Amino acid sequence: MSDLLRLATAGSVDDGKSTLVGRLLYDTKSVLADTLDAVHRASADRGLATPDLSLLVDGLRSEREQGITIDVAYRYFATPKRSFVLADTPGHVQYTRNTVTGASTAQLAVLLVDARKGVIEQTRRHAAVLALLGVPRLVLAVNKIDLVDYDQVTFARIAKEFTAHATALGYTEDAVVEIPVSALAGDNVVEKSANTPWYSGPTLLEHLENVPVEEDGPRRADGSGLPFRFPVQYVIRPRTAEHLDYRGYAGQVAAGTVKPGDEVVVLPSGRRSTVTRIDTMDGELAEAAAGQSVTLLLADDIDISRGDLIAVAGNEPKVTDELDATLCWLAEKPLRAGARVLVKHGTRTVQAIVTELRDRFDEQTLSSVDGPASLELNEIGRVALRLAEPVPLDDYSFSRRTGSFLVIDAADGSTLAAGLVGAPLPELDAESCTEGGDIAAQDDRALVSPGP
Amino acid sequence: MTLALDTLGRLESEAIHIFREVAGEFDRPVILFSGGKDSTLLLHLAIKAFYPAPVPFPLLHVDTGHNFDEVIEFRDRVVAQHGLRLEVAKVQDWIDDGRLEERPDGTRNPLQTVPLLDSITQHKFDAVFGGGRRDEERARAKERIFSLRTAFGQWDPKRQRPELWNLYNGRHRAGEHVRVFPLSNWTELDVWNYIEREGIELPDIYYSHQREVFLRDGMWLAEGPWGKARDGETLLRKTVRYRTVGDGSCTGAVESDAADIHAVIAEVAASRLTERGATRADDRLSEAAMEDRKREGYF
Repeated sequence: MSDLLRLATAGSVDDGKSTLVGRLLYDTKSVLADTLDAVHRASADRGLATPDLSLLVDGLRSEREQGITIDVAYRYFATPKRSFVLADTPGHVQYTRNTVTGASTAQLAVLLVDARKGVIEQTRRHAAVLALLGVPRLVLAVNKIDLVDYDQVTFARIAKEFTAHATALGYTEDAVVEIPVSALAGDNVVEKSANTPWYSGPTLLEHLENVPVEEDGPRRADGSGLPFRFPVQYVIRPRTAEHLDYRGYAGQVAAGTVKPGDEVVVLPSGRRSTVTRIDTMDGELAEAAAGQSVTLLLADDIDISRGDLIAVAGNEPKVTDELDATLCWLAEKPLRAGARVLVKHGTRTVQAIVTELRDRFDEQTLSSVDGPASLELNEIGRVALRLAEPVPLDDYSFSRRTGSFLVIDAADGSTLAAGLVGAPLPELDAESCTEGGDIAAQDDRALVSPGP
Repeated sequence: MTLALDTLGRLESEAIHIFREVAGEFDRPVILFSGGKDSTLLLHLAIKAFYPAPVPFPLLHVDTGHNFDEVIEFRDRVVAQHGLRLEVAKVQDWIDDGRLEERPDGTRNPLQTVPLLDSITQHKFDAVFGGGRRDEERARAKERIFSLRTAFGQWDPKRQRPELWNLYNGRHRAGEHVRVFPLSNWTELDVWNYIEREGIELPDIYYSHQREVFLRDGMWLAEGPWGKARDGETLLRKTVRYRTVGDGSCTGAVESDAADIHAVIAEVAASRLTERGATRADDRLSEAAMEDRKREGYF
C-alpha cells in the first residue's frame, strides 16, 4: 500500500472546509502545542468559548479578518498508516481556479456539502471539475449532520443524489464514498460517532488511510501502466577531465518505466537510439519508473536538448501542431478566438494561436454550449490550437502528466489556463444529469478504473 | 513489478526536478545558503541534480553578523569542498553606510530583507532558491514552489499563479524575480530523516553540547556579538542544541541530550512544539509576523 495520499478539498463557502481540515489535524494530533496555544488565544480574543479550528489553517491576515479561505494551502499530516498532503482549496469566488489547482495532482478529493442544503450547484460544478481533471476518487463529506439531528433519511437522500451525479460523470460506485460528519463536533472525522448508529461505514480518516491509491494517474482498467515518457529537462555535460565525453539527459520519468537496452525514440525529431545507462549520483539504476528523477545516456550521439521527449519506440505519442484541447480558463481577461499565447507542455514552451472556441462546458447541466464567443474566468471549454512547431502529445485521459499543459500570457507571463489534451469528459446526455434520471452507461472512455 | 518511491525518494525526486527546471529556464539563479540545515539540504539536492557536472549556480549568504562561529566555519568549509562560489551580503555594511539602521531591540533578522533585495538587483539574479517549507508556518503553507516577486521583492498572496500538475511557470518581466522552494513539501521530520539517510554533515550545534545560556522570553539564548545577558538574567551552563540556526539574537537553544542524528529524530518526532514556535523570537512578534515579512520581501 502506498505510504502517501495526495488529497484536495472542495466545497462552497461556509460549508466548513477549514473547520474540517482543522479537525483532521487536531484529532490526528498533527497540531503542536504552541500552534494550538496560538489558536486558543486568538479564539479567546474573538470572544469564542471553544477554539475555532479554522484558525489552524487560515494563514493569511485577510483570511482571518474575513473568516474565509482565500488561497490554496498545503497541509501535511501523518498517521502510523500513511502520510497525507492535503491541498486545502477555497470555495470562494474563484472556485474553479482553485479547485483545478488542487485537483491537478490529487489522488482523492473530499467534497463538502452542508447537510441542511444538500447537493447544490457548486457541488455539481466541483464534482465535474474533479472528474475532468481525472481525480480518481471522491469522498462526499455531508457536514453539519448535527444540525439536521443526525437524520439518516437526510443523509441517504444526499448520498443518493450525489452518487447519481458522480456516476453520470464517469465515476464507478466504489470510487465514491459518502460520510456523515460534523467537523465542529468531531463526528465521524477521526472518531466514530455515537450519534450516527445507523452509519456503518468508515470515518473520514479511516477511509483516507485505507483507500487504494492509483499511482501517477493511469486511469486504465487493466492497470498495466503506461508506455515510457521522459521530457528532457537539462543536458548534463560536465566537460571535466574525469567526464570529458559525458553527455546525459536529465529529467523525471513522466510515465512508464525504462531500463538499459530499451529502444527509444526522440521526439519531435523521430531519431531512434538505445538507452545504455540510467545514472544517478547514488549509482546506476537497473530500471527507472514514473516519478524518478534520473539521467539517461544513449548509445548514439544525436542532437537532443531541453524540450525534447524521449519515448519508448513503437508506442510513442503523436507529434502534431494542430491540437484539440479542453481549457480551464483561470484568468480575468477572457479568451477569444485568435488569441496568441504560449503553451508549456512538459519541458517545451511553444507559441500558439487559439484558432477556434468549439464549445463551452456547462458544469451545472453537464452539457455543452456550441460556439461560445469567449471563455471567461473559471469557464471550461474545448478549443482548437495551432502550434508554432510540432509537439509530442498524449491525451489527458491516457496520461495526466504528458497530456497536460499550461497556457501562458506571452506579455506578462501569467498562467492563463490549465490545458488538457483531448476531451477528458465523456459526452453526456442532459437527461442523465437530472436527479432520478437515467444514469449514463459506462463507456470505454470511463474516467475511473474500478478499485482492486 | 513496482518501483514505487518511498516518501523520501519522492521528495528528493521532486526537488531534483525543480532544480533542473530552474537551470533550464532561468539565466541567473542563486541558492541562498547560510550553513543551516535547510540550506545544507538544498545544496545536497542541487549537487545530486547535476551530477557529475558541477552545480551551475552560485550561493548567496545574507550575513546578519550575528553568527554562530561553528556555522560560519561549516559554511566556508562546504563551499571550498565543492568548489562553489559564495557571495556574502553583510548587513553590517548596510548599517555602516547608513542604508540600514540598527533596531532598538538589537535583532538583525528583519534587517536581512534590504541586503537580500539589493544583492538580487546588483547581481541580476532572476531565480532565488530558498529552503522554506510549507509546514513551518501558516503563511508559508500558502506559498507556491515558484513564487513570483515584484521588482520590490514583494509577495502578494492574493495574486499568486495557480500551480498545476508539475508544470512550473517561471516567466517574469525584467526586474522581477522568482523565489523557488524545492523543499516546499518536506516536513521537519522529513528533513531529519533524509539527513540521516544521506549521511549529510551539519554544523555541530544541531547536536547536544554544553553552552552558557540565559533565559529570556522562555528561550535559552547564548551571548554573542548580538548582546549579553541583562540584569536579572543569569548565565547557566546547560546541555542544549539548536533546532534552527539563524540570527543569534533571536534563535534560541533547546535543552536536549540528543547527541546524534538518531536521538535528534526521536526528539523531533516526539516534540510538542514547532520548530519556529520553540526557538524563533521573530515569529512571535504578531499573529501574522511571517506573512508581513514575506510581503516586504523576506523569505
